[in-house]
Parts: sequence; structure tokens; C-alpha cells
Amino acid sequence: MSRLVIQTPGRAEQTVEGLYHDLERRIAVAPSGNCPVELTGAFLRLCLAQSCGKCVPCRVGLAKMSEIIDKILDGRGTEDDLDTLYYSAQSISDSADCAIGHEAARIISDGFAAFKDDYLSHIHNGRCISSFAAVPCVTNCPANVDIPGYISLVRAGRYADAVRLIREDNPFPSVCGLICEHPCESHCRRNIVDTSVNIRGLKRAAIENAGVVPPPACRPDTGKRVCVIGGGPTGLTCAYFLRLMGHKVTVYERRKRFGGMLRYGIPRYRLPAAYLDADIDAILATGVEAHTGVDVGKDISFEQIMEDFDGVYIAIGAHSYKMPGIPGEDAEGVLSAVELLRAMGDDEPMDLKGKHVCVIGGGNVAMDACRTVLRLGAASVRCVYRRRREDMTALEEEIAGATEEGVELVTLSAPVRVNTDEKGRVSGLVVQPQMPGDYSRGRPAPKKADAPEQELKCDIIIAAIGQAIDFGNLREAGVPEKMGKLQTERTGEVAGKNGVYAGGDCASGPATVIKAIQAGKIAAANLDEFFGYHTVVDQDIEIPTADFRFKTACGRCNMTERPPLERVKDFELVENNMSAEEASQECSRCLRCDHFGYGGFRGGRIRW
Amino acid sequence: MVNLKIDGKSVAVPEGSTILEAARQAGVNIPTLCYLKDVNEISACRVCCVEVAGSEKLVPSCSTPAVEGMEVFTHTTRVLQARVTNVSLILSQHNSTCTACTRSGNCALQSLASDITYTPAYEVSPRKMDWDTHYPLIRDNSRCINCMRCVSVCEKIQTMRVWDVSGTGARTHVGVREGLDLMDTNCTLCGQCITHCPVGALYSRDDAVKLVRRLGNRHDKVFICQVAPAVRTAWGEDLGLSPEQATVGRMAAALRAIGFDYVFDTDFSADLTIMEEGSEFLERLSHKEDYPWPMFTSCCPGWLRFIKTEFPELVPNLSTAKSPQQMFGATAKSYFAEKIGRDPEDIVCVSFMPCTAKKYECAVEAVNDAATRDVDMVLTTRELAKMLRNFRINVAELPEEDFDDPLGESTGAGVIFGTTGGVMEAALRSAYYLATGSNPDPDAFHAVRGMEGIKAATFDIEGTKVRTAVANGLGNARKLVEAIKAGKAEYDFVEIMACPTGCSGGGGQPIRDGQELGERRGSILRRLDVEKPIRFSHDNPSIQKLYSEYLEKPLSHRAHKLLHTDVSQWSLK
Repeated sequence: MSRLVIQTPGRAEQTVEGLYHDLERRIAVAPSGNCPVELTGAFLRLCLAQSCGKCVPCRVGLAKMSEIIDKILDGRGTEDDLDTLYYSAQSISDSADCAIGHEAARIISDGFAAFKDDYLSHIHNGRCISSFAAVPCVTNCPANVDIPGYISLVRAGRYADAVRLIREDNPFPSVCGLICEHPCESHCRRNIVDTSVNIRGLKRAAIENAGVVPPPACRPDTGKRVCVIGGGPTGLTCAYFLRLMGHKVTVYERRKRFGGMLRYGIPRYRLPAAYLDADIDAILATGVEAHTGVDVGKDISFEQIMEDFDGVYIAIGAHSYKMPGIPGEDAEGVLSAVELLRAMGDDEPMDLKGKHVCVIGGGNVAMDACRTVLRLGAASVRCVYRRRREDMTALEEEIAGATEEGVELVTLSAPVRVNTDEKGRVSGLVVQPQMPGDYSRGRPAPKKADAPEQELKCDIIIAAIGQAIDFGNLREAGVPEKMGKLQTERTGEVAGKNGVYAGGDCASGPATVIKAIQAGKIAAANLDEFFGYHTVVDQDIEIPTADFRFKTACGRCNMTERPPLERVKDFELVENNMSAEEASQECSRCLRCDHFGYGGFRGGRIRW
Repeated sequence: MVNLKIDGKSVAVPEGSTILEAARQAGVNIPTLCYLKDVNEISACRVCCVEVAGSEKLVPSCSTPAVEGMEVFTHTTRVLQARVTNVSLILSQHNSTCTACTRSGNCALQSLASDITYTPAYEVSPRKMDWDTHYPLIRDNSRCINCMRCVSVCEKIQTMRVWDVSGTGARTHVGVREGLDLMDTNCTLCGQCITHCPVGALYSRDDAVKLVRRLGNRHDKVFICQVAPAVRTAWGEDLGLSPEQATVGRMAAALRAIGFDYVFDTDFSADLTIMEEGSEFLERLSHKEDYPWPMFTSCCPGWLRFIKTEFPELVPNLSTAKSPQQMFGATAKSYFAEKIGRDPEDIVCVSFMPCTAKKYECAVEAVNDAATRDVDMVLTTRELAKMLRNFRINVAELPEEDFDDPLGESTGAGVIFGTTGGVMEAALRSAYYLATGSNPDPDAFHAVRGMEGIKAATFDIEGTKVRTAVANGLGNARKLVEAIKAGKAEYDFVEIMACPTGCSGGGGQPIRDGQELGERRGSILRRLDVEKPIRFSHDNPSIQKLYSEYLEKPLSHRAHKLLHTDVSQWSLK
């Protein structure tokens, strides 16, 4: 007789395993606008299917909560039912024996706080308050770029039209083709089949093949004049659309060149100057009156601008920085990533040859700093972070790119102080080892480990722990500020200042380029309305019809990169372009949600 | 041209055609349900799915473009099986008590279901109906198949967005936008959603039962009726009559057979409307600065509801003349009541209208001036046909009869009220006479005829340029009004009819799924105009007599009291 056997999963178990994977993908792409109450009900039934059935709260309680949600969804629910649901969820979460029960009930409780209005709408009006989003990628793109449209144009080989179509919503196709964080891909319906379409890669394919595409003609002059303060992505986006609408625009940029953080924050190996300049040239070609080296507040007063223009867009970005606030941080050799990258933008790189460098931080800017420092010839670069690698806010591909190039990650290490030599120069960074603790805001907070401090020997310390907004004298000019940001309405309008709008990093805090573009677009549209117009900038580009053939699962073509040890020697672009063959296959993976499904009913295009 | 094969037949179709269009051209019959050409091509019902060589899945023929070299198969086992499944699934949520449905015998789903080998495999659980059945327009969601046609027609053709989809997943259903009560919305009650519903989920309130009851318990009342111009173009459609059989005389005979003491004609009061509205227009023209311009026609209650909710600031631009229906009611319960020596309250006045909004109009408190209710009841053309079937009247065999006097005599000008441009043309004919003292060529104003959504024409009446515009369908009306408001267009006189093609395409007319019959019906009215011995409203002897005996002259004190109304006082509920 044998006592033990090797457990091999049966066919049913294997299939269920597969189902869980499918389910994960499906949940990840849950369409925006799905009824949250309906989803909660469905989720509860799934939880119930996982219950072993031993304990009362889980076995009976989850079933009863599911019944109540069904009743509410059927329009038969009352506010009493909602109370019952609320207290049941609390008690089940409190008294269930294991995670299956208490976590299921917790989801109901959390949902209760988040979408009580949806429950009430079902009870009182028999309907939900959400409405289904037709085209997930377009809905999730802050600038609402017509993604299925330009993918189909790339597929048809109409690259210039693809660029024109992108520019209807976003005048930075080259920049976004390289560095957009592509929130569009996260809800791509293709995830249900296999993996999302490589949308950003296809945008790059469009711009690489399109050649120089001149901007469309501007509408006839309206006589309205707008001043844009700040020549970064949000300011230039606003300027571009206002020009197309026929308004006159003047941009004042404080630095030597346009581009804002795209030039003074993002390293060239991710965004070569030629790409950035291509977009800026097209924007300026619309007839924007552009001034660099003009510091509003010094060279021209805000009051003067208010007097001279019919509308103002404040787009000053977030070009100041935060420091860790540890002893010794004012020593020679301590600087901020913002300073390092700004110097790069002006083509005045710091000399870091042979230096040993510590970069503090775990975000994208920290990775940019690390990789820039390596390319400037540093002997070693360590990225010092107080949490775990998986808690870093930098994109995984940025972290991987950095480590492949030789950046050493020193995680779970909190900087304590800067050690200096006799001349007051940096000699090392002292860190206190940490360990992960309880969750706070979705990730574990680090806590001090019972271990001695360590010194990381180095010559240079670069802080990449956050940016701040430099208000200049806007405060005195009466522009309201809250929590270190300019305060605006959701329309971008600055309260109490007629015709003054603000947006981008200065109003939202440091964010992505596509969010900056969104803010510029919103400001342009609302300034146009403010002037009494309703100008639509569509060019009526004909979109190829959708292919009717069914799409089977097919692997995604990811972007490839130059070999790490080669690329680290220069500032040339790290990422390779897709081949024509890859781009064509990738295009054919698009499910054309603008044509199929809800897009075919409610229309797959958004006009603004 | 694109060449393809459908069920082995070669066919060449213009670029951009769908498989469905190609199939129809090739004489291959593919069933559809949610499809409504150019309005609702959303491929939701999936009953038109076909097999295409090289495609792993079936494709919807209504929205898939025909491609060069394509090979299509429309009745393979896979196609038929999918059709049976999808029709069965639709039926599993559909209240199939067909005998109790207004659309029985004229229902796209019923006919589709009867064509397939259908075995009920699913438990049937229709949604619940939740509606106030006193409203003129009724939605029964137990019969709704979520084809979204009503949503699309209301949004794209009429630009009103009354209907919307709510909920997701299995609970997705169509209802009033934002869960509102219908009568709290901007619904114009035009009824286009009804005439474009493939099933019986939308219908107008059935008032025929009430009428039959009253006709059976007459209580010594006098029953009179009026028939709108457009009703005569379509009343025979649901009775299986050919247009040649469905004459005006036979319709009058049928109404008498139902039990009406007097059968009158709304064409008569259309002539009366022209006298009042035409005179009002000339009066406004002679005091131009005292009035807002242009003057809008006021005979369409859907349009009145539209202007009240969408452009309330333009209500003063409306002519104060009541619609022919209401002028008829007011005249019948004053002048005619006096003539027959009866108390106005002893007269039951019933109108047969191509319209659902007329059911609302007759109940507006502010419109009644001669009695408690000038018009007691409004029945649609569909209800008329149903009543005649209910009474088992063999209409085809009836001898033709005339309308009664005096409210039955009419002219060619009155009859064209039922088609787009007709009110304008009739008004211009009489305005010309009133301004010049002589009649123009009756066809002088033909430029306002035709089915285009918006027409504009300028006419010279004795040296005065009269700039006119005509719109049919509320989407077109909105475009025209917006252009006027923006100062992009300037007119003196504007005619609007809420329904596409005018009343002949009205929301109360018979329904033929997928067919737009308004234009064809309108041409009947144009023919009747030409055939009429008198083609000018002011030449109608009965109208002349009405003025000489009772009203004195257009816009007189009594005419104002009985025949004009202040639309700003109309409640929308």
C-alpha cells in the first residue's frame, strides 16, 4: 500500500484554471460605464461559487446579498433593502471564518461607499446612472484620440492621414508615438481575446512613415487674441487648436526652447529632439506667435497680459522640485533630477564621468535620471528606494531598461543623511533598511527594519522624489492656489477670472503628457465657447471600413530595444520601430470597436 | 462596381453596398428585424446573419459591406440554426400574447417567427410593462425587442432624444431618457417611434373602444365626425383596399355606416384656417414692425410642442390660428349647433387623424372655446381601419357618398394640407387673392412642393416679395429654426410639419415595416387637388356662407374668440 500519490490536475481542474485566466483578462478590460451594481452582483455570485459552505455568513449571507442585489436591479428594491445589504455586508465581513467570506463581503461594503448613488438610482428610477462607453481605447485616452480610425489608416498605408486624424485631438503624434503611457491599451477589448493591441507602437509606425505632414488651414480670423503662458505640451496644444479655430495666439516661454518637460524632463534616448521638434514645428506653422526667453512676471506682467488679450491660458508646468529633507542634503554634489534633466534639455550636460552616483526615488523620473547619469559616463549608478521594486511607480519597462543597462536597485532602503568629506563634498548616502508593512493607499507602507544603518559610498546624490510648481508672482495676481496647485474648475477655468484658464501639471500636479494634452484641448474648446463660437476642427478624413473577418488569437508585437550595453553608450533612441510586417499584423489585431458592438449603434467617433 | 456571388448567383453592386442590399438586388431574400435603412444599421438582432466564404463566424448582412469576389451563402445549416436560435432568444423575452397586440398580423417578429421552425426551448420571461396608459403614446416594454429603432428615429430623424438605452448586460432596455416620465420630457408625441417599431412595443392610445361604447349608448347625442386630409390617402391600407377602391366617397359612406349622424371633412376647416391664417399673415405684413418674424404655421401639434420646449422664445412667431381640427370643433359646436338647434354639449365631435399628437391637442384646456371639449375624441387612421373591421363593414362594396353639408364642402387648397408644402401653397393662393383681388394660377406656387427636408422659395405678390420656407421632420425643422435664429436665413412665412413628408407620413398612419409611404400618399392629395373644381379656399361657398352668416369676416371678434388660440397658454402635460 502507498500512502501518498503525486497530484496531477484533472481535465476539469485544468479547464477551471484556464477559466480563471480568461476571467482575469475580462475583468481587466471591464468596459467603462458598466453598471457597478450589476457587476457587484455578478462578482458576488462568483464568490459564492468559491465558498466551501461550512460557515453561515458566507454560505447563506453571500446568497442573500446576491438576492437583494437582484431585487434592486429588477427595480423591486427599497431603501430598507439597501440597509439590510449594508449591515449584512458588515456582519459577514466581521464574522466570516476565512478570507473567502470576509473579502467578498468587504467588496460589497467598499462598493457601498463608492456607488451608493447607483443603488439609489436603481431603487428610485429603475435604472443605472452610468452609460456604456462604446469604444474603450478612445474613452480611456484622455485626449479621446480616434484610435481605431488611425489604426485602420495605418493598415491602409495612409500614414499621413493617420497623422492628420491623430492631430484632430492631439497635436503631439510623434511625442506620443514614443513616450505616451498609453492608458488606451489597458481597456482594449482585444485583452479578452489575447493581449491589447500595441497602440502606441502603431502611432509611432504612423509618424515614422508619414513624412512631414503640414497642419490644416486655420479658420478665418475671429479677431480674438489669446495669451498662452508656457510652451510645454499643454500650452502648445491649446495654442494649436485655438489657431485652427481662427483665434490669434501668443505663447510666452520662459526657457530657451519650447517643449516644457518634454524637452527639459524627458531624456533624448526616449524622445529624440528631432521628434519633439517635428510636432512643435507643425504647431507653430499654424501661425502661433512664439516667444522664448520671456518670463511672465518679470519681462511682462500678468496684469499687462490680462489687458492685452481676450483670453489667457496658464500652462506653467511643474518645474520646481522637492528634496528629501535629510541632514547634509545641501552638501556639494547633491542635486535634483529636475536640474540634471533641465541641463540636458539646454544641451549643457553635467560632467559625471567616473562618478559614483546614488539616485533617490522609484518613479519614472528616477529611472530617467539613472539612465541619463549612466550615459554621462558615471562609474556606477544605484537607485535607492524605500519600498520594494514592485511598489515602484515607474513603468516596469523603464525599471527593466534601467537594470539591463547596469543600474543597481537598492530597495527597502530609506535615506537618512548625507555624509560629506572634509571639503564638504558628498562622500556617501546613509540608509536605514526597511521592511514592508501594512497596506496604505493600495500598497504596503515601508517600516523601519531592526537592522543597522548602511552607508552607500558615492560622489553624487540625485533626488528624484517629486516635482513642485513654481508660481512666480501668479499668487499676487490673484490666481487661486490650493495644495500647491493652481485651482481651476473642471472646465479649466480659473474661478473669478473671466477668460483665464489653467491646465497641465500646474493645475493637476505632475502627470503624463497625454493628460497635459487633454487639458490644453479642454481649455481651447472652452475658450472658443467663451468667445461665443462653437468651432469644430474635424477634417472629415474618410475612415476605411472594418474588415468583417473574424479575428482569432494572435500574439502582440512588442517594441524591441537596442542591446543594453550598446545603447548605454549614447543618447540615441533606445526603442526600435516596428517593421512594416509587424505593424501590418498588429493593425489587423484591432477589433474595430468603432464599428462592432456598441460603437455601431452609438457611433464610434467623438466630435468635440 | 463590386462583383460577388450570393447563393451562387453573380451580382454586381455599387461600391459601399452591404451584403443585404446586394442580396435584395439579386432577388435573394434575407430576413431582417432591427435594420432600418440609413437610420438603424446596428446589426443587433443578428437574424440577417449569413455565411461568407473565408470568415470563421457568421456576419450580419445589414452592416457588412460587399467585397469584390465575396461568396455569400444565406441558407446554410449554420445560418438557419443561428436564425432559429436568435429568434427564439428574442421570443423568450417577448410578450407573445399576439391576439391582444395592436400589431398582430402586421408584426415583423410575428412574421419572422412564423417562417422558421421554432420550438420554444427557453423559458419565456418578458419584461414588465410600466406605463401610464392614459398617455397618447404608450410603450409596452413587455413587447420591446431592444432593436433600438425608436432610439435612432427619435434621435437621428427627429433630433429629440426622448428614448435612450439604460442598463447594461441582460438588463439593458429602452426607456425614456434619464428614466424620466414621458410627459416630463420634450416628447412632441409625433409618433414616428410608433410607425418605425417592428413590433407592438409602441402604440398610440386606443380610443376606438370608448367611441364604440358611446355610439352604442347615444343618449340622444348628435354624433359628427371630421376626417383629416391625409387619412383619405391611407384609410384603405389596413383594409386590403387598393388605392382605386379606397376613395373618399367610400370612406364617407363607411363612416356613416358606423353610425355618425353627420360626416364632415377637415378639408373644410383647412379652408377656414387658410382664411384666418392668410389674413393674419397679411395683417402682420402690413404692420411689420409690430410682429416678430418669420410667422410660423400652427396647424401641427407636434411642431407646437417642439417649439414650446426647444425654442420657447419663438412662440410669439406662431400664427394664432388654430389647427383645422380645432377650428372644425369650434365651428361645429357653435355655428353648426345653432343651425341644427342643439346645445353644443349635445354634439359628440370625433376626428379621424393621421396623427398621435392630435390626441393631445384636443385635450388642451386652453384650446376649447365653443364647448367643454370642441373635439371630444381623436382616432388615428389605424384605429379607423380597425373599427371598420370590427363593424364588419364590407367597405369595398359600399356605394360612394358625399360628405354632409355645410362642414363637408372643401377645395383643392384644403386637401393639400396633409402633405409638406401644402399649407404654404394653400395660404399663398388665398393671400394672393386677398392682396390683389384676383386669383393666381393655382399652380403658381409649385416651388414649395416636393419631399426635400427643407425648401425655400420667394414669391412676388403685387410687388411684395414673400420669402417662404417649408420643413418636414423635426430634424429639418431644427436646422431651419437654428439657421433663422443665427441670422443665416431670413423668411417671412415658414411652414413646419413634424413628421417626415408631412401628415401623410404621420405617426397615426398605417404601418408597413421598412417602407416609407408618406410620399406616395402625398401624391394622392396632389391629385385630389387637381381634380377639385374649386382650388382656392376663399372660393369655398360654404366658407363664404359661414363668414356671411356667422363670423362676419376673417379676424373678426367672433373669429378671434373661436378660431384663434394663445399657444403660450397650452399646457404640455
